[in-house]
Amino acid sequence: MRTRSVGSVIRLSLLVLVIAGAGCKHPAPVTQAPPAPAAPPAQPTVTLQATPANIQSGQSVTLRWTSTNATTLTLGPAIGAVAAEGTSTVAPTDSTTYTITATGPGGSADASAHVTVASAAPAPAPTSPSATLEEMFTREMQDAYFDLDKADIRADAKQALSKSAQFLRSYPQIKVALEGHCDERGSTEYNLALGDRRAQAAKDYMVSLGVPADRMQTVSYGKEKPFCNEHTEACWQQNRRAHFAMAK
Amino acid sequence: MRRSAGNRKPGGWSREVVPAIFILALAFWPQLAAGQDWFRTGTGLGVSKPRVAVADIVPRSPQAQSLSTLFSDVLRNDLDFSGILDLASKSFYPTQVPSIPGELNGAVWTAAPISAQFLAFGNLTAAGNDLSIAAWFNDVRNPSAPPVVGRVYHGAMTEADTRKFAHQFADEIIAALSGGVPGIASTQIAFVSARSGNKEIWVMDYDGANQHQLSSMHSISLTPRWSPDASRIAFTCYPTTGIVSAQICMYSTLTNKLLTWPRYRGTNSAPAWSPDGSKVMFMSSMYGNPELFIADSDGSHVKRITYAVGASTSAAWNPKTGQQVAFVSDRGGTPQLYTMDADGGEVQKVPLPDMGYVIDPAWSPNGQLLAFSWRRPNGNYDIYAMDISTHQLVELTRDAGRNERPSWAPDGRHLVFESTRTGTREIWSMLADGTNVHQLTMQGDNESPNWSPK
Repeated sequence: MRTRSVGSVIRLSLLVLVIAGAGCKHPAPVTQAPPAPAAPPAQPTVTLQATPANIQSGQSVTLRWTSTNATTLTLGPAIGAVAAEGTSTVAPTDSTTYTITATGPGGSADASAHVTVASAAPAPAPTSPSATLEEMFTREMQDAYFDLDKADIRADAKQALSKSAQFLRSYPQIKVALEGHCDERGSTEYNLALGDRRAQAAKDYMVSLGVPADRMQTVSYGKEKPFCNEHTEACWQQNRRAHFAMAK
Repeated sequence: MRRSAGNRKPGGWSREVVPAIFILALAFWPQLAAGQDWFRTGTGLGVSKPRVAVADIVPRSPQAQSLSTLFSDVLRNDLDFSGILDLASKSFYPTQVPSIPGELNGAVWTAAPISAQFLAFGNLTAAGNDLSIAAWFNDVRNPSAPPVVGRVYHGAMTEADTRKFAHQFADEIIAALSGGVPGIASTQIAFVSARSGNKEIWVMDYDGANQHQLSSMHSISLTPRWSPDASRIAFTCYPTTGIVSAQICMYSTLTNKLLTWPRYRGTNSAPAWSPDGSKVMFMSSMYGNPELFIADSDGSHVKRITYAVGASTSAAWNPKTGQQVAFVSDRGGTPQLYTMDADGGEVQKVPLPDMGYVIDPAWSPNGQLLAFSWRRPNGNYDIYAMDISTHQLVELTRDAGRNERPSWAPDGRHLVFESTRTGTREIWSMLADGTNVHQLTMQGDNESPNWSPK
């Protein structure tokens, strides 16, 4: 009750001040032109393209979008908030309609792009017949990236691991070493533990996608084998990953 | 605050200790202000230190000159770094120095500006391949008293033996002046160096001399830890046979060979010795999540100790009690320090503000101080020491690159650590109050020092 009465007193005081202030002011001359009405906020616009629009399962598509007058953009399914313009690489396993929603002070706008996914071609996978298995492995397998101090599989890591699982399902003869890596900021010892958790989390997700556990051997390298040696967040992100290496 | 100037030697802490972080710490923990006499293993704090002169050891032959100079220099460095005495500058010394007690004129050494209370002196004979050193340490204010220390050393006419005898003589002097606490001049430091192309385990004398490679794993070797009797070094290794994974390796410093140690599933790393040498605690993901396990020192009878989300690693056993273990866990979100009983009970977070990372716990020999590295939100890693009973905290490094992985010398007066302050990662040592900092390695990438227990 006390807070309410205090608030009432403050509001009352403000009212008195406003009235007093108004009373002291000279009235505005009536001849002054009325202020121009504020322009209404501009309506957002947004475009979305998918290239190519027709793929085989396992291939990837580049989504490219632009927008104007938008403060937030949400790209779906399963991508989330994105910048005002940009690109994202996705590898849908089924035909998918991607939708981007732009929201701003002037309202909202949508744009969509449909990607048609043909069912997986019979092995060999749709790659150059001259490519070796190692070359295809390097080209098709995608590593999972992690947040600082975390071993949780992010949305982008789910996409990457889905693509990698697709490849491994197509080539059942391949076994992999699943390496956990960390950026340089934690201690050597902590990073050995964290890298282990990342490799294990990626392995568990691959198993959930149908890749047999006995085809993936995890190993943690902590911060001992960085992919990038600069002291920047861009570099650190490169080093926070679960990396696939073809087992010999 | 109790951290008054009278509690420490002048000019020591004031620059190193940390107004900002300390005031911050006090704001978080009012009980910090209530501690007293906290740095009990300190370097003679509050006690006036004896003043010592070291005369050049007199060579008995021309070919003895270089080894005499080496002996005198090593002895001076050892005494200077001991932290328990003041070394009188050599530039004040007379040109004529004693080679035997009968030649000692105490008044020359007690007079200003030398003003010494004690004098080390002696002679060195090199004949054929034989080295013979006679050395004394006398109280020059009591000319009639017998020598405090008097020793004769016989060995080979080598720099190695000359260094060894200088370290032994220094340790005798330090023990005599510090009430029996042994010196550390004969100790060694294990570390990791990549200078051969791979990260291998190396060892050097405590002053950086005699650096040599121990392991030849040809892969990645990390986190060396001496056994309490210094007969073994446990470390993290990646064996090049079988499934690639981090494992515990055990190196015998007696036979200079790897001992057999079992391999476990998953990642195994960061071994830590129990103070009696019978057990090793280490991180393992053998059951999935990275947890702490305990095993006999031969790797048998393995048993899980921690059960928590996230990772638990970097165990450090309280060397005094053998009951308490400090370790690192990110169960709260980021790597922080915890303590527990050696059987896994009584887990407690070490009360530090939840800022940055707190890693690399290292317990002082008397079990009272916990040194660690703290990465504050500004990104700097620095070495701290905390009194485990009062939680008083002192920052030992500041504004000089990344400083990590403290390890205590057996005298409790010195710490060794790694630092990037020169641009490359090197091994450094210092007194436990942050002063008298020495660079021990000069080339290549060096990390993870661990001071031998004897």
